[in-house]
Amino acid sequence: MKNSKSILYVVAGLALIALPLGLQVFGNAWVRIADTALLYVLLAIGLNIVVGYAGLLDLGYVAFFAVGAYLYALLASPHLTQTFPWIAAMFPHGLHTSIWLVIPLAAACAAFFGVLLGAPTLKLRGDYLAIVTLGFGEIIRVFMNNLDQPVNITNGPKGLAGIDPFSVFGVSMGKTFTFGGFQLTSVAMYYYLFLIMVLFSIVLSHRLALSRVGRAWMAIREDEIAAKAMGINTRNLKLLAFGMGASFGGVSGALFASFQRFVSPESFTLMESVMIVAMVVLGGLGHLPGVVLGALLLAALPEVLRYVASPLQNLTGGRLDASILRQLLIALAMIVVMLLRPRGLWPTPDHGKSLQTNA
Amino acid sequence: MDIFLQQIINGLVLGSVYALVALGYTMVYGIIQLINFAHGEVLMAGALTAWTVAGILQPAFPGMPGWLVLIAATLVACTVAAILNFSIEKIAYRPLRNSPRLAPLITAIGMSLLLQTVAMIIWKPNPKPFPNLLPTEPYEIAGAVISPTDLLILSLTAVLLVALVWLVNYTSLGRAMRATAENPRVAGLMGVKPDVVISATFVIGAVLAAIAGIMLAMKYGTVQHAMGFLPGLKAFTAAVFGGIGNLAGAVVGGILLGLIEALGSGYIGVLTGGVLGSQYSEIFAFLVLIVILTLRPSGLLGERVADRA
Repeated sequence: MKNSKSILYVVAGLALIALPLGLQVFGNAWVRIADTALLYVLLAIGLNIVVGYAGLLDLGYVAFFAVGAYLYALLASPHLTQTFPWIAAMFPHGLHTSIWLVIPLAAACAAFFGVLLGAPTLKLRGDYLAIVTLGFGEIIRVFMNNLDQPVNITNGPKGLAGIDPFSVFGVSMGKTFTFGGFQLTSVAMYYYLFLIMVLFSIVLSHRLALSRVGRAWMAIREDEIAAKAMGINTRNLKLLAFGMGASFGGVSGALFASFQRFVSPESFTLMESVMIVAMVVLGGLGHLPGVVLGALLLAALPEVLRYVASPLQNLTGGRLDASILRQLLIALAMIVVMLLRPRGLWPTPDHGKSLQTNA
Repeated sequence: MDIFLQQIINGLVLGSVYALVALGYTMVYGIIQLINFAHGEVLMAGALTAWTVAGILQPAFPGMPGWLVLIAATLVACTVAAILNFSIEKIAYRPLRNSPRLAPLITAIGMSLLLQTVAMIIWKPNPKPFPNLLPTEPYEIAGAVISPTDLLILSLTAVLLVALVWLVNYTSLGRAMRATAENPRVAGLMGVKPDVVISATFVIGAVLAAIAGIMLAMKYGTVQHAMGFLPGLKAFTAAVFGGIGNLAGAVVGGILLGLIEALGSGYIGVLTGGVLGSQYSEIFAFLVLIVILTLRPSGLLGERVADRA
């Protein structure tokens, strides 16, 4: 039993490592899709801490993603040095912040915003948190869109371009890397970077769930008053969950910015937030394999729909295109899953019975 | 001075619309402690239905006066919205009434998204011009102008509020609603059917939302599938501002929020020396929400709402 399981792990690991090389045969676009899917997995794992473990519905998660993305975009693109002469004077070669600095910084910055937002609302009921986070997501977007004047910080709706790709140990991930006749494309390198981040997050998140803090979160999720009576400091722990979830979002944002090399407010709409919530809900609130499954399913959905949608679009006179169809399916999935399988497609097997109906 | 008066009028008109929508949120919340995220979409469905009806009636009966078209469109829109909200409750909220709080909240968001998408499929995503059904010649009061549409919004809101107060305080349905809000199980023992009362609440909220939607459509002259989202969010803020679950609070909150927004967007440029423009007006509602939740989470007129679990 134990043996076959470890064989399974090895096989799965090898498959994950070989995947981009296989996909490359069909073109780099497919590797890009895999990269995006991994980013969504990362986001879903982060949101799962907030929604799945602590039971706090966050509808503005994409705002933290945006904070991380814009942070990296500002620190590693020519925008700031072009706009502000004094920054250009400080950094004559332009701003090129290293990945080792950006990732912790993005995590810290997003966590700061998370705590700032959570502090006034977390002592209230969960519904308020949902609305306030939703509002926060919109506020961030309004600022991203309008902070191009009087001082041009975000470059408004045009977005920030020319962002540096990450470089690790002197190897730039922006162009194909060759060693000894073996070529590794940029997208494949990003795939491995994202894969490492996802694996790291899964381990971290899994260990968190088993820890004292994780058990406290689940106790709060199940019954906040009982948790309080057991001596759990519910407010601080909820803040911790919120900040920690936000920091995952921030890191994913920085990865996203360096991967796309361009950020604009359009990438951070409410629809993205809802989609990440849908991923967590569909897969199984609080259950990591389920969350990963949900994220992969919904991230792959648009690609599948691209093939189904064009005949449908002709049939319905252009009313049903791929993006509308995707939105329709996500909305239906959220409702149907909650009604029929409230614990998701791949729910937690034993303890931490998150959303069982207690009729 | 006339700019000030003008902004006050704009704020009152906007605030009346928020108040009507906020009433729907607050009534539902008062009875089943659920935020009906799809409420803004009910508003949108009402407005778009009215647009369709007006679009059919006007070419069919060219001599028909605008107000008659408006009344017919409003009646159809209210019916559609009422059926819609009734079904939403029945399908998405009722089966989850005894499950943990997160479940109905998620179906509510799913519903909101679903309705927007379906509206996009039925009515196509482009914004559509809403016809002028009332005379557009504005009246002048002390240097400020007020259009007939604005006057209609203000007076209709007042009438609807009186009707609602009468309904809640002096009818048997109103008594049943108050009893259910107090304690559904005891109300059930007293012969009230909670399911009927809850459905009735959703229907009343939907009628108010549909009327508010038509008001917005007439005021701004366009309708679109996404038009319900921001007003819905702001009306929720208004409900929280006034104290959620409290009818008078929803009205006070709505009108105050309308005034804050109108005065804020009118004066933000002057106050900040042109640094921040009126494009920031959308965030006033959220700032109000965050400030209220920090300083006085129970709202202006509300009772304590901290977690009762």
